[in-house]
Amino acid sequence: MDLFRSSARHSTSSKNVAKERLKLVLVHDRVNVSSTFLEMIKGDLIKVISDYMEIDEDNLEVKMTKTKRDEDDTLVPALVANIPIKRMKGAIR
Amino acid sequence: MGEVIVITSGKGGVGKTTATANIGTALAVNGKKVVLVDADIGLRNLDVVMGLENRIVYDVVDVVEGVCRLRQALIKDKRYPDLFLLPAAQTKDKNAVSPAQMQELCERLKQEFDFVLIDCPAGIEQGFKNAIAGADRAIVVTTPEISAVRDADRIIGLLEASELGSPKLVVNRVRIDMVKKGDMMNTEDMIDILAIDLLGVVPDDESIVVSTNRGEPAVGDNRSLAGKAFNNIALRILGHEVPFLDLEVDEGFLVKLLKLISKR
Repeated sequence: MDLFRSSARHSTSSKNVAKERLKLVLVHDRVNVSSTFLEMIKGDLIKVISDYMEIDEDNLEVKMTKTKRDEDDTLVPALVANIPIKRMKGAIR
Repeated sequence: MGEVIVITSGKGGVGKTTATANIGTALAVNGKKVVLVDADIGLRNLDVVMGLENRIVYDVVDVVEGVCRLRQALIKDKRYPDLFLLPAAQTKDKNAVSPAQMQELCERLKQEFDFVLIDCPAGIEQGFKNAIAGADRAIVVTTPEISAVRDADRIIGLLEASELGSPKLVVNRVRIDMVKKGDMMNTEDMIDILAIDLLGVVPDDESIVVSTNRGEPAVGDNRSLAGKAFNNIALRILGHEVPFLDLEVDEGFLVKLLKLISKR
């Protein structure tokens, strides 16, 4: 008598779709609310990486985006940093 | 000294005005001296929801501009002891008052009333800033829809930035039949996402439409489930421990019979 059984636990129920979409959109919203957030990450990244290599600070890009999770292709939020390198620092080589 | 509570949501149409009218009326029924302030200047509606639209002489802008005394603009609701309305102006816009003026107004109202409930306009601009300026705490109203929850999240962030931290959540217009089918987010889902405390859950209820048609808050109707939910919210504001309403509606004979058969 599956006809009468609730489909609530099914993972593709529309409320679960809503929940996942909402979580994803809120990651972006919350970052945008604190505009200093990405700048802070950027500053710290430069600090750490500069010990090892000379980077092009003007063209450094840090942004929030989304990516597919490997195991089930669900969209998840991701922080992507694009850091152009000018040259490696001598001591490391 | 009373307390100023702002009722806000970000998104329009989720039931801020209905919540303000009903929670305020319930507080008054429970013996508190209450004033409802409509901060939605230019789009006033709390007056019609309360059924007091024919008694407006002065409004909040008149008070702020000194055209009349505060007492002259307050409308006493004759049906309830100690319930008053301070209506918004309809012909002005949000810039007619400033946050500093609202703050001063709230300070004055707090001297006389136990509770000052402010009905905030939709949006995050000037009207919102005015409405929260004099508030001691905030209630965020949402419905179980993506758009409303998203806006609630934004509002919670802005409230925290204005040092109006730890707002409480009211989930309005819940349809238990849809929640059961998995077609509507439930209260736990929303609490989980928004990470704030729950103040109340209000079912989607036809009695709200009827009571708004008549201009009589639903808390005055004993048969209204939504009215009961709003009354419980008022009791929680007063510090009582009230369990959340069981929103199981009576399913009727046919559904029960079907369930009985399906169990076999």
